[in-house]
Amino acid sequence: MTTLDTGTKAPAKKRALSFEWLGVAPFIVFAIMFLILPTLYLVGAAFVDEKGGFTLANFAGLGTPQIVAAYWISIRISGASAILGALIGLAIALALIRGKLPLGLRAAVMTFSGVASNFAGVPLAFAFISTLGRLGLATVILKFVFGIDIYKAGFNLLSFWGLTITYLYFQIPLMILIIAPAIDGLKKEWSEAASTLGATPWQFWRYVGLPILWPSFLGTLSLLFANAFGAIATAYALTGSSLNIVPILLYAQIRGDALQNPGLGAALAVGMILITGFANVVYLVISARAERWLK
Amino acid sequence: MKQSRFWAWLVFGVGAAYFLVPLIATFEFSLRMRRGYYSFDSYASVFSDPKFQQTFTYSAVIGLLSIIVGILIVVPAVYFVRLRMAWLRPYVEFLTLLPLIIPAIILVYGYIRLYNSSSIIPFTGSAVGTDILLTFAYVTLALPYMYRAVDTGMRTIDVQTLTEAAQIAGANTPQIIARIILPNILVAVLSGAFLTFAIVIGEFTIASLLNRPAFGPYLQNIGANRAYEPAALAIISFIITWGAMSMINLLSRFAPRTSARTD
Repeated sequence: MTTLDTGTKAPAKKRALSFEWLGVAPFIVFAIMFLILPTLYLVGAAFVDEKGGFTLANFAGLGTPQIVAAYWISIRISGASAILGALIGLAIALALIRGKLPLGLRAAVMTFSGVASNFAGVPLAFAFISTLGRLGLATVILKFVFGIDIYKAGFNLLSFWGLTITYLYFQIPLMILIIAPAIDGLKKEWSEAASTLGATPWQFWRYVGLPILWPSFLGTLSLLFANAFGAIATAYALTGSSLNIVPILLYAQIRGDALQNPGLGAALAVGMILITGFANVVYLVISARAERWLK
Repeated sequence: MKQSRFWAWLVFGVGAAYFLVPLIATFEFSLRMRRGYYSFDSYASVFSDPKFQQTFTYSAVIGLLSIIVGILIVVPAVYFVRLRMAWLRPYVEFLTLLPLIIPAIILVYGYIRLYNSSSIIPFTGSAVGTDILLTFAYVTLALPYMYRAVDTGMRTIDVQTLTEAAQIAGANTPQIIARIILPNILVAVLSGAFLTFAIVIGEFTIASLLNRPAFGPYLQNIGANRAYEPAALAIISFIITWGAMSMINLLSRFAPRTSARTD
């Protein structure tokens, strides 16, 4: 039986195999040409000095005050917008799913989140200039109706907090979209069992709900961090090149060799890849663990 | 119980305010171009700007090309991986996640240095070459979404049985993919297409660094030079994104579900 089987199937299998490779090949060639090679090229270029020899000086060059400051403010903005986005997104998702709000509301929020999480880049900067800029509607209303002059109080849209508040516009919806399935995974029986055993709602969340959501929360947090760290269009449209964050520094470097050293530019890029890569690996590892509870 | 509901409404209300106020403010600002009263002048100004029409058309065309190239690359790959090369799956999935890990600005930096005019493949040596490179760059950006959409679509149909049935009827592999598989996952493919379009249409970083006359750099330029038009453009962009997302929502209702084999 087995010999007969292999005897008839072998030629067909061979032909099909070449077809398989032909079908997958464009994808693999594409990935190598437009994902792997450009990245590896930059990694390689970061180790080359201006005469073409091997060097570690480019990475040492990352230690200059301007670049350290750029990394630091980038990390702070990405961290703040990720932490706030994750907390607020979690609160909204919990309110929607566990707070007994009308069902239609949830669908509307999910649709809106899909839109808002993709509404980034230059137009988002315009929207926040119209809102919280010096002549923005919110600024004007706060000033003339409530008598609060936020610009006199030290607020500036072109600053750490201004950028963080703007980034939240796509960070919160992304958190809602990713964490909602995890909250759905909290089975009703668990809270019923907890209250049967005499737990208060607070105790349920403290000892059951939040510990189960914790991995998903942490994982999404790192995803949001990477999301903000690589973003440039919003910041660039908002601040021009006045805010010294890593992507804007790199943008200036690509545009006109602002650092006057291509190797240093490549090292700057490698630093970014390491940071976003690390954040994403954390996300992948944690979300794989978190999925255990969603079965 | 009543209390938890109160908190839920409060959180929802504050959240809704944060998301709606910028939209209202932007819309209000876009109406203020004529002094003294509200008008749609800024929109008229935007739509009559030939640069708006040119850059929007350019980005729309590049977007459509990116969708076509994306489908041609992703659909056969997902099909064969699902059908016979399951061992390749983790690697393919990892590759499709890379554009989320590597920021767009890094990718374009790599392209510029790797495919410059003195390299073996001088994409950036000519305008057409740069257009092609921009298209490929957008395919890369959209890859995670296109892959996921197509993969989800193929999960809901029975690839194995459809393939066997088509083979018995005498179809060859390209015919199976183009005329059996693709129509069955059309809804999923279109979702990926709309998402690609939403990502690509206002993209700034790559288009700007490749010096192409796309919609994103145009937006940035208007933002730096005009007062009311940027607000109008923000509203227009929001409506485009909204349109693309509602199409995806609408399409998901028409998704065919040939029940996959359970054994």
